[in-house]
Amino acid sequence: MYIDIEVNNKVIRARKGDTILEALRENGIQIPTLCRLEDFTPTGACRLCAVEVEGKDRLIPACSYPVEEWMKIKTHSQRVIEARKMIVELLLSNHPDDCLYCERNGNCELQRLAQELNVRERRISGKKNKAKLDLSSPGLIHDPAKCVLCGRCVRVCEENQSVATLDFISKGNYTSIGTAMQKDINFSNCIQCGQCIMVCPTGALHEKSYFDSIQQIINKEEVTVVAQYSASVVVSLAEEFNIRPGKDLTGVINAALRKIGFDKVFDSTFGADLYAVEQAAELSERLDKEENMPMLSSSCPAWIKYVEQAHPELIPYLSAVKSPEQITGSLVKKYCLDSKDKNQNDIFSVAIVSCPAKKFEAQRQEMTSKGIADVDAVMTTRELAKLIKLYGVDIHSIEPEEANQPFAKNTSAGMLSAALGGTAEAVMRTMYFNITGKDMPSTKISKLRGTKNFKQTKIKMGDFQLSVASVSPLNKIEELVKEINNGKSTYHYIEVMACPGGCVNGGGQPFYRDEKMIKNRTKSIHSIDDKSSLRLAHKNPVLKEFYEQYFGRPNSEDAKSLFHTNYAERKVLL
Amino acid sequence: MNENHYNSYKEFLIREILNKPEKELNKETRDILYKIRRDKILRPVITLSYTSGSLIAGAQETYETIKRYLDEREIDADLIKTGSFGITSAEPVMDVQMPGKAKVTFSRVVPEKVIDILDAIFNNFVPEEYLLGQHQNHLHEPWEKLPFIDDIPFLSYQKRVITKNCGKINPFSIEEYIAYDGYQNFLKAINNYTPEEVCDIVERAGLRGRGGEGYPTGKKWKNTLASPAEQRYLICNAGESDPGASMERTIMESDPHSVIEAIAISSYALGAQKAYIYVEGEYETACERIQKAIDDAKSYGILGHDIFSSGFNLNIQLFRGAGAYVCGEETALIASLEGKRGMPRPKPPYPSQKGLFGQPTTVNNMETLLNIPVIISHGPNWYKSLGTDESSGSKVFSLSGRIDRAGLVEIPMGTTLRDIIYKIGGGLPESKELKGVLIGGPAGGVMTYEHLDYKIDYESVKSVGGALGSGGIVVMDDNTCIIDTVKYYMNFLQKESCGKCIPCREGIRRMYEILDNISKKPSDENGHTTLQRFKGVMHLEKLANVTRDTSLCGLGQRAANPVLSTLRWYRDEYEEHIFERKCRAGVCQDLRTFYIDVDKCTGCTICAKKCPTGAILGTPKHPHFIVQEKCIGCGICYESCKFAAIISK
Repeated sequence: MYIDIEVNNKVIRARKGDTILEALRENGIQIPTLCRLEDFTPTGACRLCAVEVEGKDRLIPACSYPVEEWMKIKTHSQRVIEARKMIVELLLSNHPDDCLYCERNGNCELQRLAQELNVRERRISGKKNKAKLDLSSPGLIHDPAKCVLCGRCVRVCEENQSVATLDFISKGNYTSIGTAMQKDINFSNCIQCGQCIMVCPTGALHEKSYFDSIQQIINKEEVTVVAQYSASVVVSLAEEFNIRPGKDLTGVINAALRKIGFDKVFDSTFGADLYAVEQAAELSERLDKEENMPMLSSSCPAWIKYVEQAHPELIPYLSAVKSPEQITGSLVKKYCLDSKDKNQNDIFSVAIVSCPAKKFEAQRQEMTSKGIADVDAVMTTRELAKLIKLYGVDIHSIEPEEANQPFAKNTSAGMLSAALGGTAEAVMRTMYFNITGKDMPSTKISKLRGTKNFKQTKIKMGDFQLSVASVSPLNKIEELVKEINNGKSTYHYIEVMACPGGCVNGGGQPFYRDEKMIKNRTKSIHSIDDKSSLRLAHKNPVLKEFYEQYFGRPNSEDAKSLFHTNYAERKVLL
Repeated sequence: MNENHYNSYKEFLIREILNKPEKELNKETRDILYKIRRDKILRPVITLSYTSGSLIAGAQETYETIKRYLDEREIDADLIKTGSFGITSAEPVMDVQMPGKAKVTFSRVVPEKVIDILDAIFNNFVPEEYLLGQHQNHLHEPWEKLPFIDDIPFLSYQKRVITKNCGKINPFSIEEYIAYDGYQNFLKAINNYTPEEVCDIVERAGLRGRGGEGYPTGKKWKNTLASPAEQRYLICNAGESDPGASMERTIMESDPHSVIEAIAISSYALGAQKAYIYVEGEYETACERIQKAIDDAKSYGILGHDIFSSGFNLNIQLFRGAGAYVCGEETALIASLEGKRGMPRPKPPYPSQKGLFGQPTTVNNMETLLNIPVIISHGPNWYKSLGTDESSGSKVFSLSGRIDRAGLVEIPMGTTLRDIIYKIGGGLPESKELKGVLIGGPAGGVMTYEHLDYKIDYESVKSVGGALGSGGIVVMDDNTCIIDTVKYYMNFLQKESCGKCIPCREGIRRMYEILDNISKKPSDENGHTTLQRFKGVMHLEKLANVTRDTSLCGLGQRAANPVLSTLRWYRDEYEEHIFERKCRAGVCQDLRTFYIDVDKCTGCTICAKKCPTGAILGTPKHPHFIVQEKCIGCGICYESCKFAAIISK
């Protein structure tokens, strides 16, 4: 039902029940916001969306106030603009003046607001809060000095991720964002998913970068520097270079990485294929033994940490297979040595992913062999873009290249793992083969695609009927966990991703201002699969060769020693 | 009169009083009530005010001294702790009642006075030098030639409606409360009216919320009642963190059952089966007494399931907050009650639609609720006649600052400021001139000498840029510096802001810093403060306006009130601080400059020895002088000079 309201002396139509902000946006009137998060209840913290409503004594926050028939609104009167400007100036008065050195320089919402509201003079100044920079965790850095206390990270962390690592601490002008008992992030229950980074308007939260070590080592003759990148990076890098969002840049990335100085460039999708094959084999084994059902996916390191600390009783249900990046990493270290007399120390392996939690994963003790990490450094999509710019590679003009052998050949099943539901789809395709001995007639499982955060389906495989689900973000799993703990779960396989929508929306992806971006990335992943000729992970010819040559069959002892791992309860302050 | 003594009346009270409302009492019943009320006594009764206020004044020592006195002399008398009747400057207050004689009240009964007073009165003589007055009661024979307590100015100008029991009854005894017609209004409400009718009566009485901007209570209730729900909640906001306000604490400690009764009636009107009393955690004494009152009321069947066969169920729970000022804001209070961080959220949705645990909730200030039994008892028309057209009823104020008689006062709305200060409060000490009053706590406004004849109600206070708020009145005289006072409040508010919205969190802090800057010497460590000072002043008013305009909740919106209203009424004093660098009250230390009058200085060297910064130089027996760069304006030299040779400018 529509009503008419008067905005800036013009009548506009607004849907009843909408907030003023929604009505304005629908009519093409933009007003600034800072604390607003799409799909979350408005908290009204920033007051930037204030508008003047006739008959109201004070300014009204447009983000939370519903439209009413009698309203006469002024969105850009002198009083309103002055108030907004002053609010931004107040924020700036307690903000470090180091924009040029800031991670978010040029990509900062506060900077943009100051620009848009024409702040050109330091009218308000005063004491600034001192804050400790928190460098403790492997995945992310928290710089409270730059925090504007919009509370977006708090809401995402608590409401989406169910982790609630971050919250408001203290009060008055000493209010800050921090963890329980104000410990450093590394000692908290942070799962390093990086969703807080994605919503942070300033540089208060950003990923920890290992740029320096990569740069230092990249030109060393004696070290073979190897890069691998995952499918989620391939479909989202384009956004950083104003290329059509969702464009598949696999070939370009290969070429760019070589130009930068990487000796070998691999596609982690090979690891994803292997992951699907191993996991299918593990699932078959569990089905035979009828134990630890359902099997829970293990490719998301944030999810793994969440299980370890919040639901240690679920550890037996977790698949033992390492994540695709770690699989590729261990293969690289073991089999990629040149004929030259090199040892593992002479390989520096870099994984480029969409996720700060992989930085944490790479440092886990379980992900090492003989004290040497399988992956030495992890970069996010954003960092890759920076690296490309730093080394002056013109991504628009370089010719695409193939990845290096032996991990050049991969299937689109591995690619699918970038989007929520993809891992389950890839595993099910191979499961079908494991159970029936035949390839799946129609490989596309539509019920595991789409934008929903909880997807489930039943797939008939011969006499068996497998029930699978894929779910993200973590706030959606509580019901499933309860079912498993009560022994009432009917699923055989559950794919869990910590980030909403899976890795395409990971915490290391380009900042976006539009939900459409995520859809584009997912669409791109699915269309790659639709067009591909190789859609079954177990049909990957290189992978087959590897198994024949080194491991025998999936889930063999040899395969387990390299591709499997185990997890243990983790004691943190919840 | 120990606990057992009271307990023996329990069955009688439940049977004869609570289960037979509005019936003529026979003589026998009345006699028992007289006994409980201590109107008819066989042995002397000594009561001592025993609230936080009196305890600070030393009531505990006094209590022990009295007890020892009675024990040593083996006097058969009752010693009872009561609440406080309001004059905090007269605490501890002791009443003595001899059988058959009128009760007499003594003020400032420190332990040393106890023997004097008790010796005298047990010999049928009242020591008038300590006396406050005697109480009028038709059952008692008055003392000759002694003044009546109701005639003393502090009380005679008051209209004690909701505080009528304070200081009179034993706060630990539900029996006494019932004997003083307690819970009769609750019974009247549940037996005679539907919830809608109660809301209607309250609306007709014109009662407005006492905590904030004065929203009509009846209307608020009807909104909640109109929201369909399984469960509705009533929250009684008894948290007051205002510096200079202690009304609610005093009432909770003096007459806790009146709070329970008020909540019970209101819950009935709202269809709420669960009510909360939100009290600050540090109100230890108040919490204890309220909890005991709840427990006693339960054991009398006044709370619980199917109360007196009316079909109405009610549970009241005491909730101790962590003492955050922002939890006076209803949405923050609800968050705190839900176990979350006490931060407000935007309205709408209003609590009446979606409040505690997502259910329709009414949050009322405790004082607002205390008016409900009065309205039920006397009817809306009587209540309306009590105040002004727009603001009916009475209002409790906490009178403090530079005033002769400080304390808790209850006056009808519309009493002039002059009456409050000069008649009830007894004027300023040393007959100083009134500079102004701060009304409504730290986020309130200022009224000046010009407003003395304003009738105090919601509208008049609003018209001078303030808010009636929680009802603190702080009186200021010439020795108060306006900038310093506002600075104090800004400092309080910047610490108490929840930190959620930007204008409140950052704005108040910057306002404080600007005020701090202008009350300091311009040459500071940070070389450019002069510029900052000038800039700051230019922006102070703008900043205050934006803070008021855009803040999320009442705290931020009203935080600018002290700044805006003092800028309006005391602009000259601001300008003096800024341009002449002078504080006329001599409060802002940094703006004081001292000179030595060479004609008067004898060179005694005392000032030079006492100066903490070594700013005074000179040889003995010759006039000294002050090095201004080193002087911090502390005034020690000024106070120590015996020859008045040091002049302050």
